[in-house]
Amino acid sequence: MFKRWRWSFAGFVLLAVAVSAAYGQNPLAGDAKAAKAGEYEFRINCALCHGLGAHGGGRGPDLTRAVKKHTHSDADIFQVISNGIPGTAMPANGTNGQGVGMTDEEIWQIITYIRSQEVKAPAQPLGNAAHGKELFYGDANCSMCHMVAGKGGRLGPELTGVGGSRTRESIIDSVRNPSRRLAWGLTEATKEFPQEYESVTVVTSDGKKIAGVALNEDSFSVQIMDAGEHIHLLEKDKLQSFQKSRESAMPKYDADVLSDKELEDIVAYLISVGAK
Amino acid sequence: MRARGGFESAQMLGQPWKSGASAPRQGATEMAFRPGVPGLKPLQFSWTQRGAEAPLFHGTAEVPGRLLATCLIAILFAGLASAQVTFDRLRDSAKEPQNWMTYSGDYSGKRFSGLDQINVANVRTLGAKWVYQTAATGKLETTPLVVDGILYATAQDNRAFALDARTGRPLWMYQRQVPADIRPCCGHVNRGLAILGDKVFMGTLDAHVIALDTKTGAVVWDVAAADYRTGYSFTVTPLAVKNLVVIGVSGGEYGVRGFIDAYDADTGQRKWRFYTVPGPGEPGHETWEGDSWKVGGAPAWNTGTYDAVTNQIFWPTGNPAPSNRGEGRAGDNLYSNSLLALNADTGKMNWYFQFTKHDEHDWDATQVPVIIDAGGEHLIAQANRNGFFYVLDRTTGKLISANAYGKTTWSDAKDAEGRPVANKNASPTLEGHTVCPGALGTTNFMAPTYDPQTGLFYVTARDQCDIFSTAPQPYEAGHAFYGSAYFPSEEAEPYRGFLKAIDPATGEIKWKFEHTSPTWSGVLSTAGGLVFSGDAEGNFIAFDAASGKTLWHFQMGGAVYAAPMAFAVDRKEYVAIAAGSAVYTFGLP
Repeated sequence: MFKRWRWSFAGFVLLAVAVSAAYGQNPLAGDAKAAKAGEYEFRINCALCHGLGAHGGGRGPDLTRAVKKHTHSDADIFQVISNGIPGTAMPANGTNGQGVGMTDEEIWQIITYIRSQEVKAPAQPLGNAAHGKELFYGDANCSMCHMVAGKGGRLGPELTGVGGSRTRESIIDSVRNPSRRLAWGLTEATKEFPQEYESVTVVTSDGKKIAGVALNEDSFSVQIMDAGEHIHLLEKDKLQSFQKSRESAMPKYDADVLSDKELEDIVAYLISVGAK
Repeated sequence: MRARGGFESAQMLGQPWKSGASAPRQGATEMAFRPGVPGLKPLQFSWTQRGAEAPLFHGTAEVPGRLLATCLIAILFAGLASAQVTFDRLRDSAKEPQNWMTYSGDYSGKRFSGLDQINVANVRTLGAKWVYQTAATGKLETTPLVVDGILYATAQDNRAFALDARTGRPLWMYQRQVPADIRPCCGHVNRGLAILGDKVFMGTLDAHVIALDTKTGAVVWDVAAADYRTGYSFTVTPLAVKNLVVIGVSGGEYGVRGFIDAYDADTGQRKWRFYTVPGPGEPGHETWEGDSWKVGGAPAWNTGTYDAVTNQIFWPTGNPAPSNRGEGRAGDNLYSNSLLALNADTGKMNWYFQFTKHDEHDWDATQVPVIIDAGGEHLIAQANRNGFFYVLDRTTGKLISANAYGKTTWSDAKDAEGRPVANKNASPTLEGHTVCPGALGTTNFMAPTYDPQTGLFYVTARDQCDIFSTAPQPYEAGHAFYGSAYFPSEEAEPYRGFLKAIDPATGEIKWKFEHTSPTWSGVLSTAGGLVFSGDAEGNFIAFDAASGKTLWHFQMGGAVYAAPMAFAVDRKEYVAIAAGSAVYTFGLP
């Protein structure tokens, strides 16, 4: 009896999913049980980048924010989970090698869960974005290596979107401890791991020393950008020496160099640009 | 000289389709005999093309001259008839190293090619001969077969195809619509075909077993093995044994009840099924709590091996379900994460060995179990996903040794049999904690190789640790059933990938090569003193089998998820591997 009811209920849910999905509405909106199921799905499929509790990891945005960069409606989120976001690390459903492809119903469960975790109002920035911008392009020297909206250097990661794709905490951590977690660089289409911003020092066959950041590397070649933003394309077997390091090329900005207040201002600036 | 008379040209070695223009002239191939003891003559033989610098292969075979001649005539006849692949040919595949007729190249799982035309001396001149683009997206894990000049392979979208192995030009293509609601774990995958008679056999993502005509790709028979909507699928390369097509199911992440099936190659009729999770009343059933056996998993998604002497199939099994949560399935959970020795005719189990009892880390034991005869011992070796390299006596299933070959933290003790056992800190927790290896394992599906010339076992290995945390999910048919989540542990970054050469006698790692990042490529060894493997950056690499030194590489432009193989056509050796979405073939200038 119970079983039959369960099946007919399951059938109803499937029908509801199909009908609602056709209109881009979440058929499970507000359903606490669906949110719980969504939490498990989230842990398996999403938490790798977005963190347990959807608060954002170092590599995916904080999804508890009231305002999200790429999505507004549940239908938007459904599309993003299903198809990924081109040009970002967000993969399409079932292609991230983590977890398995989710059914439509499971995706709606995840959306229900995300909505249940959301804060109600946009968080007030803790810092002064205008002052943060001055620091970014001025005394803090961020723009010597980082570009935002087409202005700045090329040696470090481009940061236009970082305020939208990473949490405040992880940005602060990257400034205070740049070597603790190297930023991701190039992601190749078929490759499991992205290139990281590793530091490389080589001596060429004619004795020239080159130090910089690896744009890419394999067992036989390395592509380096040096501090002067020159690109060096090198074959390893032709080098006198090759050394790489997980000590970031970015200097460690501790509180003596950049106060907590100043850092909050810079973060506020990045969020003001990236979370748009 | 008897054999020489019937062994004059490659044209007569089962390649009747060759045009007269391109066929070598009669007598162009010579075979040198160095007779040994009468009756059982150790034969030194070598094929040499007149004027050519590189012979195709040099072999030593303990085969009576008369038997050899008979075999050659049989092969010749088979070749002229219709290039039929008989069970005898599969069993004696070492006699025709120009062909690659099973997933691992032979029944023993060695993935060793007897060809030595490409060798340590000339591999630096290797170049691409042709590339076949499948345009399939995702992971191309196929190992091609080559029989008598035709290459047969699969793509991950329920596709099989046949190519002219010399040129890469297609002969036929078969594709079965992939239903939108299939539930394969870990993406769309297919690892290849089996061949027997005039048919090739594939398992499909929607859990069918299909026989295709080797000449046209036409469907000869099509059997639904299970209901794909409840999470069953096939990704494995089947194994043809006698007149049976043996195949194991996938679905360990969906709470399936695993099985290994054998189908009549002619009709598709199922001859036996071995459930890897015993039902009520069967031995081993008591190792499952309550009804947990019904969704116990233990899939069988990688190809096993076969010992013709004892008529046993050795097939490995995968994780119990849910994969990362032991609560609710108290007990050893037989026959998950085990090696099974099954009678090939009946599917009855002779013995089993369970590598990881009551697994909570998704450590499928589905790695190819490699048959090795050494020092008068009949062994079977497996580099397991749990980080240990196991050697068993394959007549009894008794464990001989188990040695770590990568970073492991889950076990620091062994039981009375010598089996590594889990320590107290290994189980996943709600908050999550770090265990090595991670869920992807020290190795995974990537095929290893055993080189009888060096006596070394080569395997792709990864050092990665994961944080395992529980996420108690109820079972729902057709829904993912993990019971937990895992994340790569930051403390262990970066994750490191290796090719390791293990001495099976001691477990010692004789050499290792560190890749730039972990790779999913399998490994091939050849009589040319070479080991071939690919990397995540798209390189195909030749190593000196003895030292691990890189001798040659080629950038293929896509990560490797497949294992290499070797074959010969027109007495020219080729090495082939899938990378990105294409099949690449390499040869000497």
